Amino acid sequence: MSMNTQGRPTNPGEAGESFRPKTFTGNRGLDMEEPLIFEFGSLETTGVDLDEDGGVEFELGGHAREAEIGLPGLAEPEAMRHYVRLSRNNFAIDSGLYPLGSCTMKHNPRLNEKMARLPGFADIHPLQPASTVEGALDLIDELARWLMVSTGTSAVAMSPKAGAHGELCGMMAIKAAHEAAGRDPKIVLVPESAHGTNPATAALLRYKVVSIDAKDDGTVDLEALKRTIAEHSGNIAGIMLTNPNTCGLFEREIRQIADMIHAEEAYFYCDGANFNAIVGKSRPGDLGIDAMHINLHKTFSTPHGGGGPGAGPVVLSDRLAPFAPLPFLRKTDKGVELVETEAATREGEKPFGRMTAFHGQMGMYVRALSYMMSHGSDGLKQASEDAVLNANYIRVGLQDLMSLPFGERPCMHEVLFDDSFLKDTGVTTLDFAKAMIDEGYHPMTMYFPLVVHGAMLIEPTESESRASLDLFVATMRDLVMSAQRGETERFAGAPYLAPRRRLDETTAARKPVLKWSEPEPAEVTPAAAE
Amino acid sequence: MTIYFSKDHEWISVDGDVATIGITSYAQEQLGDVVYVELPETGKALSQGDEAAVVESVKAASEVYAPIDGEVVEANDALADEPAKVNEDPEGSAWFIKLKVGNADQLSDLMDEAAYKAYVETL
Repeated sequence: MSMNTQGRPTNPGEAGESFRPKTFTGNRGLDMEEPLIFEFGSLETTGVDLDEDGGVEFELGGHAREAEIGLPGLAEPEAMRHYVRLSRNNFAIDSGLYPLGSCTMKHNPRLNEKMARLPGFADIHPLQPASTVEGALDLIDELARWLMVSTGTSAVAMSPKAGAHGELCGMMAIKAAHEAAGRDPKIVLVPESAHGTNPATAALLRYKVVSIDAKDDGTVDLEALKRTIAEHSGNIAGIMLTNPNTCGLFEREIRQIADMIHAEEAYFYCDGANFNAIVGKSRPGDLGIDAMHINLHKTFSTPHGGGGPGAGPVVLSDRLAPFAPLPFLRKTDKGVELVETEAATREGEKPFGRMTAFHGQMGMYVRALSYMMSHGSDGLKQASEDAVLNANYIRVGLQDLMSLPFGERPCMHEVLFDDSFLKDTGVTTLDFAKAMIDEGYHPMTMYFPLVVHGAMLIEPTESESRASLDLFVATMRDLVMSAQRGETERFAGAPYLAPRRRLDETTAARKPVLKWSEPEPAEVTPAAAE
Repeated sequence: MTIYFSKDHEWISVDGDVATIGITSYAQEQLGDVVYVELPETGKALSQGDEAAVVESVKAASEVYAPIDGEVVEANDALADEPAKVNEDPEGSAWFIKLKVGNADQLSDLMDEAAYKAYVETL
């Protein structure tokens, strides 16, 4: 025979079963220890090949920078590796179940990405003449139509950049409406379970925030609302309410709330952050809402989180429609035209001003409309139903072991537990959440809403399969039972297996390091490693 | 010197016409590690229920309310540099403000130590 001598056994047997090497590089196999770009990029390196003098004539007058700005240079492959390695430490909806509550981690179909990258949408500039971007304007108008139809409203301000910006837009429209009517009310009502941005928005507009208590079931206490309205009658600008609310519960008495507010000549602002639970099921306009922002990135998909782009169009009732900010689109028999200045407004259009330099996030508009059109009205309705079904599947799977603060009533798209099931175990909500990281899950929202002790707010994405939810429920059950058996070590130092161990948030907040400074030169030499 | 407690977990120690105000040990425990304290200016007039100070922990920001009317005569500026003191000695050196008592009658709305202890038990 012709014998190949390179064969060898490949099964390591029991050798080194419990051995964990401390590596020279700090890397753990393919889990790379990545320094900051400033720590390994050098000022002498560049990825661009330029002549010594650059061969460039500057036209900066006396404003050309004279000193180096200290940006590190890297060759292209090094820069690429840096960001690819960092991206591998990222946890995203594309890598696993991401049950963050109150911040919908939405299914993001790839079709949307393909549409958003069409050059006709991706490569246009906001300063192009309107006549060269008619298709884009038509798309914005079509998206606006879908938003108005699905919310049962008659106008929409498209330009706000995200949820809180949308809140500000809606409340500015409310303020403008009061001013136009010669009124100057000073108070905005906010239920105690509200998103923190609600009272912040009201305060920014110099309203006094008056909090409304919740009932034992987690929804607004109508009697308390009635008393508060009576106490401040004539001085109330409006109410800001989230529905479904932050406890994941539908405010069943929303119509009565709207009537009480309207009887005061005040306006009903709805925080639409949780609209994804009711799209196709109920229309906010029918519930008596005057203004509501829609987080396109949550309700109608776009990858978000980590500061990615948002979009928060605000739908408006007839009463608020005239006050929508510039710029806006006006439909004429010749097509859609862009109204950008006060001078271009017509009778009945009284914009309160302008919130953004341009028209909004075009890429988000394309993704949202792509998501809507590809799902259709029946598909959008099913996405809401699936979101609610998934949250309730988790609720039922965990309610015997974890504690529901408001009893076993069905929730909407997110389910809220409190930490009473951890009482006397020595494990805190924070420990529990960190142990979830070792199991490969991004933790749910913790300690919010504040109305519940040690809140854990779980919102599964609507596209999670039953198998995926089953594994999550089984993992959570295992963690709960482990905590209740007194296995505190599993929690106390968690996460043990993540690229970084538990961070000292307290010291980070008390003594923040806000500026990068050159690290001490590393003492690692091949000799020292021996 | 008499010590009173509010339902919002402030303690009030009254000496003559000056009331020293801080947050209770129960409150600091619930807040977790305190990382920032914002105090009012001296001379500020506060009414009962007004926001007197803000205390921020790793979890959330909370307001400290004035339990009675009064004028701020001193704020404990040491807390700005060392917010950790609120966790270490909440009912002693980590007092927040001293008020010149504006309305001593309001003190009767507050609880004594035993009543506060019983109140915390119910939470």
